[in-house]
Amino acid sequence: MQEGERNSPRLRDVWGRLDQVTDPELDEPITDMGFVETVAISDSNEVKVSFRLPTFWCSPNFAFLMAEGIRKEVGALPWVTGIEVRLHDHMCAEEMNEAVNTGRSFSDAFALLPELGDLDEVKEKFEGKAFQRRQESVLLGLREQGFTPEQVAAMTLGQLDLVTFDDPATARQQGRYRALLTARALAKAPDDHAFPALDGAPLTVASYPVRMEQLRAVRINMEFGGALCRGLKQSRYKEVVRVGEEPTLVDFLEDRVPPRPKPG
Amino acid sequence: MYKTPDGKEIFVVDGHVHFWDGSPENQRNIHGKQFIDCFYAYHTNLSPPEQRWEKSKFEKYSMDDLYQDLFIDGPDDVAIVQSTYLNDFYKNGFNTIERNATVAKRYPERFIVNGAFDPRDGEAALEYIHYQKETYDVQGMKLYTAEWHGDSKGYKLSDPWTYKCLELCEKLGIRNMHVHKGPTIIPLNMDGFDVRDVDYAATDFQGLNFIIEHCGLPRLDDFCWIATQETNVYGGLAVALPFIHARPRYFGEVIAELLFWIGPDKILFGSDYAIWTPKWLVEKFWNYQIPEDIAQERGVQLTDEIKEKILGLNAARLYNIDVAAKKARLAESPVTIAAE
Repeated sequence: MQEGERNSPRLRDVWGRLDQVTDPELDEPITDMGFVETVAISDSNEVKVSFRLPTFWCSPNFAFLMAEGIRKEVGALPWVTGIEVRLHDHMCAEEMNEAVNTGRSFSDAFALLPELGDLDEVKEKFEGKAFQRRQESVLLGLREQGFTPEQVAAMTLGQLDLVTFDDPATARQQGRYRALLTARALAKAPDDHAFPALDGAPLTVASYPVRMEQLRAVRINMEFGGALCRGLKQSRYKEVVRVGEEPTLVDFLEDRVPPRPKPG
Repeated sequence: MYKTPDGKEIFVVDGHVHFWDGSPENQRNIHGKQFIDCFYAYHTNLSPPEQRWEKSKFEKYSMDDLYQDLFIDGPDDVAIVQSTYLNDFYKNGFNTIERNATVAKRYPERFIVNGAFDPRDGEAALEYIHYQKETYDVQGMKLYTAEWHGDSKGYKLSDPWTYKCLELCEKLGIRNMHVHKGPTIIPLNMDGFDVRDVDYAATDFQGLNFIIEHCGLPRLDDFCWIATQETNVYGGLAVALPFIHARPRYFGEVIAELLFWIGPDKILFGSDYAIWTPKWLVEKFWNYQIPEDIAQERGVQLTDEIKEKILGLNAARLYNIDVAAKKARLAESPVTIAAE
């Protein structure tokens, strides 16, 4: 990719779509985590995205979900004529790239590794965790603002929409929470209850302490992985000193992996 | 011995140390390289900058380094050195019992050597347990349930052959099973490091203790649930504790959960040396307090008394260490580097 192309509208389109792809285990955009390495667009509008994960061992099923997510999101752009996704420096890179780019299913590509489990199950499980983590952020934000369990238990989606959070991280999670809430059809109309559990059970004053306890446990588990990769989060330019070697986990942790180009 | 700022002497049992050889010469394949690289990443990421080692020393350190870091510079009184074979990754194994026994031979008061078995070896695993008991009189075993073995990418404590091995351990009086259930290496999804198999084994082997290293992180809730139900399940703090430097609030949340669910008598300190060294870990731990809002919400406190249990008294109980007698013997033999 040439320097001059960084601000091209098409490139910005692609990065915008990539922002929608999350690491399923951490529920953070792969772009924030610095996983996406390069985006190239050919003259005939074919897009090539290469990405890299913090370890050689990162779970193949998560890697596959991210690769599929990239394909799906970038493929949704109307002008894109073709897309190629490349995962680098991973124990299963070859099989993964072959499968994702030819549309083979995960179970087909990894028939030899049955212990990886059913991909849809994994996807569902981690989307559930993401939902819980986002919900906790919003509930903690509300508590911070002085909302009582009674008020939160009685809150509707419409009322939640009227709350503004000063903390940018909470404000961001509010939007992300709402997106999953509606995507999973747990709440849609303005007068729907704002804080259903994953199974749809409403939050009540009685269940508030237990709910907070469950959500905290989910967060502690998820943060463990995130804490190890968080060095990447500062997405600003940095010179990378690499002497002919692929970056390792250390490079990711030390923030030595090139970040995405910043549009604008 | 850790001396607190107000002069109190704290007995320290380091429940999880290694004497490994991850050097390129010993690496069998790319997996061996990636494995030690991954450890090194943990080391560099979670250690304070002034505690970081050069890669080459980290790959392979000497017996003197080990002794110096644990007992001379570090506060350990006794260290439990764990055996991890990883024969599919390393030509001579990563840290075998033979290698560990060499340090214990030189410093017998200082080290407790744990063995290891792999139930997928079948009958040979049983023979190997006998051998380790007879040769090294092991009191404990390190079980690496996610270890690769030919086509297998892991085993469970609830597998039939694991049960046979555990039965034999119980019969021979090898009571402490250190089970590595922690951050994932491969495969990252549930299976390899999933903690739920512990529940079965712990229920069926009441004569054994199961020390879950790394507290099952990132499956802390599953671990806490099991450890609360089962009286013979303990949590090892290796990997969780270093967060005390990099993310102290996060460590506060983890330790508060552990204290709330499993209580102060079932948590064991472990440095996971050489990933981390015990000096800074113990100093920071002693001077640490759980952030007030977390402590209040969970209704727990990390008092000096609790810290003393975690740092040594809990492990001393599991390994039948008479603390007063041990202290007296250690006082008679001052720490020095023995001649080669």
